[in-house]
Amino acid sequence: MGKTVLMQGNEACVEGAIAAGMRFYAGYPITPSTEIAEASAVRLPQVSGKFIQMEDEIASIACAIGASTTGVKAMTATSGPGFSLKQENLGYACLAEIPLVVVDVQRSGPSTGLPTSPSQGDVMMARWGTHGDHPMIALSPSSVKETYELAVRCFNLSEKYRTPVIFLMDEIVGHLREGIEIPESVEVINRPEPEAYHAKDLAYHIAEGELVPKMAPFGKGERYNITGLLHDASGFPTNNNQIAGELVTRLMKKIEANYEDIVQVEEAHLEDAEVAIYCFGGTARAAATAMEEARKKGIKCGMFRPITIWPFAERELLPVTRKVKRIVVAEHNYGQMVHEVRRVAGDHCEVKFVGKVDGTVITPQEILQKIEEA
Amino acid sequence: MAKELIINTAWCKGCGICAAFCPKGHLEVKNEKVREKEGTDCILCGTCELRCPDYAIYVQEKKEA
Amino acid sequence: MAAVDMTGVRKKDANVSDLVFKYMRPEHLPHIWCPGCGNGIIMRDVAQAIENLKIDRNNLVVVSGIGCSSRAAGYFDCSTIHTTHGRAIAFATGIKVARPELEVIVITGDGDASAIGGNHLIHAARRNIGLTVIVMNNSIYGMTGGQYSPTTPTGDYGTTAPYGNIDRPFDVALLAAGAGATYAAHATVYHVPQAIKLIQDGIAHKGFSIIEVADVCPTYYGRKNKKGSAVDMMRNQKENFVTAAQAHRTCRSRKPGKRP
Repeated sequence: MGKTVLMQGNEACVEGAIAAGMRFYAGYPITPSTEIAEASAVRLPQVSGKFIQMEDEIASIACAIGASTTGVKAMTATSGPGFSLKQENLGYACLAEIPLVVVDVQRSGPSTGLPTSPSQGDVMMARWGTHGDHPMIALSPSSVKETYELAVRCFNLSEKYRTPVIFLMDEIVGHLREGIEIPESVEVINRPEPEAYHAKDLAYHIAEGELVPKMAPFGKGERYNITGLLHDASGFPTNNNQIAGELVTRLMKKIEANYEDIVQVEEAHLEDAEVAIYCFGGTARAAATAMEEARKKGIKCGMFRPITIWPFAERELLPVTRKVKRIVVAEHNYGQMVHEVRRVAGDHCEVKFVGKVDGTVITPQEILQKIEEA
Repeated sequence: MAKELIINTAWCKGCGICAAFCPKGHLEVKNEKVREKEGTDCILCGTCELRCPDYAIYVQEKKEA
Repeated sequence: MAAVDMTGVRKKDANVSDLVFKYMRPEHLPHIWCPGCGNGIIMRDVAQAIENLKIDRNNLVVVSGIGCSSRAAGYFDCSTIHTTHGRAIAFATGIKVARPELEVIVITGDGDASAIGGNHLIHAARRNIGLTVIVMNNSIYGMTGGQYSPTTPTGDYGTTAPYGNIDRPFDVALLAAGAGATYAAHATVYHVPQAIKLIQDGIAHKGFSIIEVADVCPTYYGRKNKKGSAVDMMRNQKENFVTAAQAHRTCRSRKPGKRP
């Protein structure tokens, strides 16, 4: 049994990351994610890791990617305005296939918005923020305990698939304090590396039946090239349209083909449900209360909570939309994921939306109202 | 050790920098490629190699065939 | 030319110099730069400096950003990373902090280093982190076709300065020195032995070092400003660049047109 401690979500993120092997953090202060930088600054030197506060948000992600090329597990954390700034290099890490965890503790936007108020307004930015076609994995926790667990999972997925993973937290969970039991050990996955080191030029060679390249860390004797240009198996830029198309397709397939491994959802009381609440992150806490209240009133209400936000949990959601009469989408924004839910639901069930853009949290009563609405 | 001047015509882009700064005026550009002039001697100083942006001309020890 | 087979073993034929064969990737040469572009000269200067210092290529990382200069990274036979515009120094900082035993050289341009990447340049200089930054300063944005950059002299022309540049230029090396760089030097593509020595000393220097190399861009900067051919532009360097000590004297005698 591990020890039980009282911890803030942002601190749990750092503890989970360190348990997963994070040994490098580059960041820039921004509310409400700053405690992640502060905790990393305290904790990393204690585990022979490195912490650096960079001159801006762009430098922070660039620095973390640079560290990751040497084989070190790296993370950067930010909030909406900083997440906007990081988008170009996020796409770089996708294309160059460099593992990286980017934490976004969402706050109210747009622009500087309401810096200390919660929001879930970055959901679509997490998926589509960087330019061009690219895959994306994003996880969203709804408790401090889950923040710890998912921080570990973010690193594992990032390493396994050599892709950046977004840890889409929100101010509710980031600043929440709960007692959590720190496990004595966690499952840790390390990035695929070549079987043997010898100078060769095919760093991005993909073995038969595989989708992830086995690149060596910089400094191990494999003198290869990394670029943000579309490249061939040697890592050199190419204008060959076939190779370019194959590369982007493989990047997408790398995530699509591993949907089962990546996507996690939590379902509650869906067996007999006539109404389901679709929620994620901090909002799921109000949704759980709303569900209980509805059940007390005799409404057969269930809950569907994607833990993996991206890829969209379509396969799990589909049967729910065919079973219930109504889905109430509760998300802390003007309506982002609700469009995805509507797309999957089609005409099979009614989709209602409850959101907020004034910086206050969504209450159980507001969700309940939509459940009961005629 | 005997040295020789080597020209890699395939890499030469004909900029003329080597010819302009050759202290013996031994090089010239014809049809956008560098070549050695008739009637002058190369002193194997390597000035051309230092300033060739394309690594198309250099002085190196003679290798046994 | 050399070719690489599937096992990565490079075969050398007679037309590559030992230096180029050892430190570059001849299978990717000739490079993409225009005839007369000074970038190739600077790349060779760097290779010669690495050779002189006997640096193991397996411990060497060359980092670049975006622009004409950025293509240099891929031609070196070591760990190379071609990053995003302006961010090379930030990427390099991550590499150096994570693995201090690696030798990290950044190759950048005037726009990459002092416009979009200016913030990273001054902060890396301030931190005095052990990077060597080589600035290929051609006074113009070449890759995009000749727009004025932060080092375009006042009054000179670019496609976005059709009536002459109204801004004052940066002295990139002095800028870095002002921000705390513990080694800053000016070099030119004409004065090759001096440039090699300055780069070599910069790499050997413990702490942040920057070598700003005055480059020639005959295609865009040269043509826009009637500077003549690459040869004319190099002659201009030969005649008008002076040593720092000479510059100190000319400064006092106010001799016009001379640059350190």
